[in-house]
Amino acid sequence: MDIATQSIDGGFAEPVFNAQAVFRAIMNAMARPGTVQPLPQLARPPAPLSATAGAVALSLCDNDTPVWLDPPLQAEAPVKAWLGFHTGAPLANTPADAHFALIANPKEMAALDGFAQGTQEYPDRSTTLILLVSDLVSGPSLLLEGPGIEKTSMIAPPGMPRHFVEQWKQNNQRFPRGVDLILAAPGSLACLPRTTRIKTMEA
Amino acid sequence: MTAQPTGIATYNFAYLDDQTKRMIRRAILKGIAIPGYQVPFASREMPMPYGWGTGGVQVTASIIGPDDVLKVIDQGADDTTNAVSIRAFFKKVAKVAVTTETAKATIIQSRHRIPEHPLTAAQVLVFQVPIPEPLRFLEPRETETRKMHALEEYGLMHVKLYEDIARHGRIATTYAYPVKVEGRYVMDPSPTPKFDNPKMHCSPALQLFGAGREKRIYAVPPFTDVVSLDFEDHPFEVQTFDQPCALCGAENVYLDEVILDDHGGHMFVCSDTDHCEKRRGDSTSPSWGGRAEGAGGSGLATTPATSTPALRADPPHEGEGKEAE
Ligand SMILES: [Zn+2]
Repeated sequence: MDIATQSIDGGFAEPVFNAQAVFRAIMNAMARPGTVQPLPQLARPPAPLSATAGAVALSLCDNDTPVWLDPPLQAEAPVKAWLGFHTGAPLANTPADAHFALIANPKEMAALDGFAQGTQEYPDRSTTLILLVSDLVSGPSLLLEGPGIEKTSMIAPPGMPRHFVEQWKQNNQRFPRGVDLILAAPGSLACLPRTTRIKTMEA
Repeated sequence: MTAQPTGIATYNFAYLDDQTKRMIRRAILKGIAIPGYQVPFASREMPMPYGWGTGGVQVTASIIGPDDVLKVIDQGADDTTNAVSIRAFFKKVAKVAVTTETAKATIIQSRHRIPEHPLTAAQVLVFQVPIPEPLRFLEPRETETRKMHALEEYGLMHVKLYEDIARHGRIATTYAYPVKVEGRYVMDPSPTPKFDNPKMHCSPALQLFGAGREKRIYAVPPFTDVVSLDFEDHPFEVQTFDQPCALCGAENVYLDEVILDDHGGHMFVCSDTDHCEKRRGDSTSPSWGGRAEGAGGSGLATTPATSTPALRADPPHEGEGKEAE
């Protein structure tokens, strides 16, 4: 299949309703950090972009939102063509310019503080990071607390960024500035907004 | 929202185009991530005047899906012009199910009340907000209030509340009573009676706030601290009523005064009409009939609690949205 065909295929079958369903899953996940929100396969982007991450991008990104791609995604012309065709989003030149960042390999990703953090007066002008993870249960356990969490919640995504817990603590300390994470797993997603604190991390 | 005559997609699902929805959805996510912070957004013209809650309508339109069940209240009532119009609007443009029962709704759009029936994690409460900036009456300049929020500089607000105490011997603010969210942002809870402030604290439901004219969206996630500002020697207190609802006998609910005649006859009834009707439908609830009789004579006992237009600040009727039932 050539790039042109690949870039046209694989969008939402029902754009209005699919986008709404994906958004509600993200909204619920952002409002209740650590909960795993199921998501049917609604998009079929070219590899290594996953169905879930692709669906998140389709529901949130457009020509107003520069998107940054990590090197594995950056290297794939079909991925760029697909995102361009379906969202119209321009590619961000640097992480600091990005409204959204798609990260296929979180383990090797740039530091969280390299992305847009927002300003003290406009903390919303920050990057939302969409991390592709293989699941939400097989990695080191993250015990979470903060707004949206009644007592604590638990999530265990594998392959997270280096020194993630320490980086996340620094992200917390920048509040109200900071980045928010969407963890895109096959068939589901979860979120870590900047308010979520990681209590412990078992090995 | 004049429907065009034919065929497919005479209007977008839930009225707004998808580009607008995406923009509002992004603002909602930022609002949730920064509880109590007012996220600017590019508010759209809606087919109703600003006083009708266009901010709330845009938020609802951006989150609602075909499986949702929508309830709309205005000062606690489901049947005022404003509530009826908004409900009819979404019935028409989103073909969603609507309800007046709090427990059955997945989205509740509200003008200035939080239902008496406890909300659940499966529900989203959307507030219509006229003036989102709690510091606006103290400082008219947006650049300055933004700086105050940035620096967490809320001294002026405390001074204002303390002046209340100096003048009235207590904090006289009863509506739009300012709160602090998760120990950081001071937020306007919208002009809800302060009676409802405690319901915002650690609510299982997500709370979203939309201000159309002022172009702001903000949020309180579930299980988030919402603390009404007060002073050690003058702690925050909710309104109390020295009599129960005249219709259903409910205590510890918010009551509206209903004028019965022009001779000063009046009674106090539940502001939340669904709550009141539910209780009256339940034969075990006490004292209805007797109360109403005492309050103003026969016949009135059968008057629905919702016939209280005199007290409800309905916006002018602009002919928009007839109930399509
Ligand atoms: Zn009652």
